Amino acid sequence: MTAQATPGQGAPVDEADAHTLTGRARRWLLRKLPPDKLLPEDQPSYVMSWAYVFGMGAIASLLWIIISGIVLGLNGPQWYHVSSLGSFVNSTHLWSVELFFIFMVVHLWLKFWMAAWRGGRALTWITGVISFVVSIVAAFTGYLLQTNFDSQWIAFEAKDALNAVGVGAWFNVANLGQLFTWHVTLLPLAVGAVVVLHVLLVRVHGVAPPLEAAESDAQLLHSRPEPAEAAEPAEAAEPAEVPASAESSGTQPSGIEPRGAAQ
Amino acid sequence: MTGWLVASVGMVGDGTYFGWDGFTIQSGNLIVIVVMIILFILALVLPFPGGKRRK
Repeated sequence: MTAQATPGQGAPVDEADAHTLTGRARRWLLRKLPPDKLLPEDQPSYVMSWAYVFGMGAIASLLWIIISGIVLGLNGPQWYHVSSLGSFVNSTHLWSVELFFIFMVVHLWLKFWMAAWRGGRALTWITGVISFVVSIVAAFTGYLLQTNFDSQWIAFEAKDALNAVGVGAWFNVANLGQLFTWHVTLLPLAVGAVVVLHVLLVRVHGVAPPLEAAESDAQLLHSRPEPAEAAEPAEAAEPAEVPASAESSGTQPSGIEPRGAAQ
Repeated sequence: MTGWLVASVGMVGDGTYFGWDGFTIQSGNLIVIVVMIILFILALVLPFPGGKRRK
């Protein structure tokens, strides 16, 4: 009796053998985003900066927006408008939205001045912009769901603008039930999907390096046009090292970890 | 139902507005913008805790 080589659960699969659509999709995904890139343990040293925390701050705020929103939606407006606990959870929902937008805008400013679309990261930048725009629409529908005079005022100010651009027929700010559906299902799903895509793209391409650390970014090195004079070609292929002076002073963190994710 | 309506009416405030020569801004919006600018500047100048320990 000969042993049959049956691939079991968790057994390595020969990637050359991927002949189905599923197999090819797996091969493509693993090539684009191998597990050590998806969940990296190390980041380049320049990530140890306050300039790199606001994206995660926005995600943390978004998580609380979703959790508190589920609690609010399941209990209903007569709970969150009347009871003390309901009002409190309603307030945390509002304030996490405030934090979400504050963190997102500071993240946007920092990445803009860092020119974070460098090194083939254009799609990462674009998905960030889309998530910002969709979040504004989601927040707008939230303000309309306050079901008070404030929301009525906002709705009837916005109605003319929405009618003017021709979307008023299917995005009717005076229809509370329709807006509730937009706010608790469609728009959160859209924001969540775009944010997940944005984070996955950050994992695929690595975090954008500061302008001073551009030499240590593998994608920038590969996308750079060839220099006119071919002086010292061997040195150009080497990853940039941290200058000893910068390392000791700590003012110019431009080095990269051995397993740096910025590729 | 009445309590809900009363609670909703009580939530609406007039707000405080600041204005200079035709430019008007509500205090809440102004505070958020100022906070964002302060956070942006602090993120650039403040050292990250533990940042010098790593390479």
